[in-house]
Amino acid sequence: MATAAIEIENLSKDYPFGFLNLKKRTSLEGLTMSVENGEVFGFLGPNGAGKSTTIKLLVGLIFPTAGTARILGKSISDISMHADIGYLPEQPYFYDYLTAAELLDYFARFHNLTAQDRKSRVERMLKRVGLETAGKIQLRKYSKGMLQRVGLAQAILHDPKVVILDEPMSGLDPVGRREVRDIILELKQAGKTVLFSTHILPDAEMLCDRVGVIVGGKLRGVGAPDEIVGMKAQAMEVFFEYDGAEAGLLCLLKKSTQTGKRYRLQLPEAELYAALQQLGIAGAKVLSVTQVKATLEEYFMHLVEADRAQAPAVEVSGK
Amino acid sequence: MSRVGIVALNTFREAVRDRVLYNLVFFALVMIAASILVGQISIDIESMVIVTLGLTAISVIGLLIAVFIGVGLVSKEMDKRTLYALLAKPVRRWEFLLGKFGGLVLTLAVNTIAMAVGLFLAMSLIKRSGEHLEGAVLVAVYFILLKLALVVALALLFSCYTTPLLSILSTAGLYIAGLFVMEMRAVQSGTISPALGALLRWLSYVLPNFGNFDVMAAAAHGRAIPRALIAQNTAYAVLYCAVVLAAAAAIFTRRNLK
Repeated sequence: MATAAIEIENLSKDYPFGFLNLKKRTSLEGLTMSVENGEVFGFLGPNGAGKSTTIKLLVGLIFPTAGTARILGKSISDISMHADIGYLPEQPYFYDYLTAAELLDYFARFHNLTAQDRKSRVERMLKRVGLETAGKIQLRKYSKGMLQRVGLAQAILHDPKVVILDEPMSGLDPVGRREVRDIILELKQAGKTVLFSTHILPDAEMLCDRVGVIVGGKLRGVGAPDEIVGMKAQAMEVFFEYDGAEAGLLCLLKKSTQTGKRYRLQLPEAELYAALQQLGIAGAKVLSVTQVKATLEEYFMHLVEADRAQAPAVEVSGK
Repeated sequence: MSRVGIVALNTFREAVRDRVLYNLVFFALVMIAASILVGQISIDIESMVIVTLGLTAISVIGLLIAVFIGVGLVSKEMDKRTLYALLAKPVRRWEFLLGKFGGLVLTLAVNTIAMAVGLFLAMSLIKRSGEHLEGAVLVAVYFILLKLALVVALALLFSCYTTPLLSILSTAGLYIAGLFVMEMRAVQSGTISPALGALLRWLSYVLPNFGNFDVMAAAAHGRAIPRALIAQNTAYAVLYCAVVLAAAAAIFTRRNLK
């Protein structure tokens, strides 16, 4: 039986706080999910939802209060697992007294690569992230976007099977974002598994085989972007031009958004035929009729608002 | 190269690039000034003055580096989050800690050796020192290095769980208390309450005994230092460092890096 690249079972993380640490704040609650081999998985959620907590648990920077996780079949507490993963921290910061080439060489040493192999990989990676001319400049002189690129280079330098990226598009200009997207797609083509968290939903929609939405420390939905947005009822949009004041059309005009003589009307698919008939009778000129496709953003906002309506994003309780 | 060695060499590189070794210029100036001035002092004590001054400067400069850089070894990496990417590599936390310790001790060793060379140069300028004096100064320098390694281990321990300011205060406090270990042990039971006496005796065995590493007076007078003391201090420093580093590793291995 094929094992998923990342398997997470009932993973929870509480942080103690307050006097004598008697209170706890739950950052992640019973997360169970998996990321298949060769899959690009997007981890979505608002700030403080638990995305970075999950990622830090996976790479061993923090330890779970409960639950287990395995990467490539190995427990996350097994240090040998780290040889097969690449990790880009959120808002990465590196030793600023090193040049990018020195930093990459330093990290490569932990993977037992020969000096020649390290040299060629470092050159290749710097070129891949567009830093070939800046490789010999100390990192203290790098911009945020350049540091993000160095971070990406160190994450994939040793050709890991699983790449975990925490907000990889953060701090990048449109060109940089495009390049990161290309790298993620290249990794996918090379059969790598990629898990990344992001706030930029169109990127997730474009890149991911599946996404998981986490809100308030709980996983609220997992699936292919098309699938999960399909859960939301869809609508039709009619774009028309009208210059009259027909009484029978007043109801529709009130529901529409007007720009000069042009109106944009959204209505359920079931009401479309009747509305078109009314518009025809009134002499309106129908310019277009399109299906309104729910976006991942709408789905995301729907979950966030539902969570806010139900409960606070984090639970606070005495021990 | 081992993972500990990789981290250690990078820590050394950091110290060099952060111009830590620039203190050598200050030391060189002190020694040059002392060599000039000491010539005007009585001929019988010029060696003693230069050795005392040189060893004190080596010790004080080393202590400042050990404490102020030592307390930032881990906390700075956590604050700046530079260790996040590193700990995702196949490196254990205790290996990282040991590497940081080794890197700073290596920096201090290079620094101390360079200063010792400066001291010997100054001694050669005023000359008339015998073999005993040079041998004793070498041992005194070695003891300073052992003491500095112990201070680095303590600073690293505090750096794993508290703020840099508290780490500095705790390390400095322990250092000062450690200078008076023999006095604590020598307190007569009749002069204080039995409970306090017992507490002082217990503390005198738990606290690092920094007084043992001070052979400055013997070195300045050119008295030979017994081999047994060299072996004893070496074993003491190695064991004490091992215990402190094990405690640091136990804390750091369980620490959540938020």
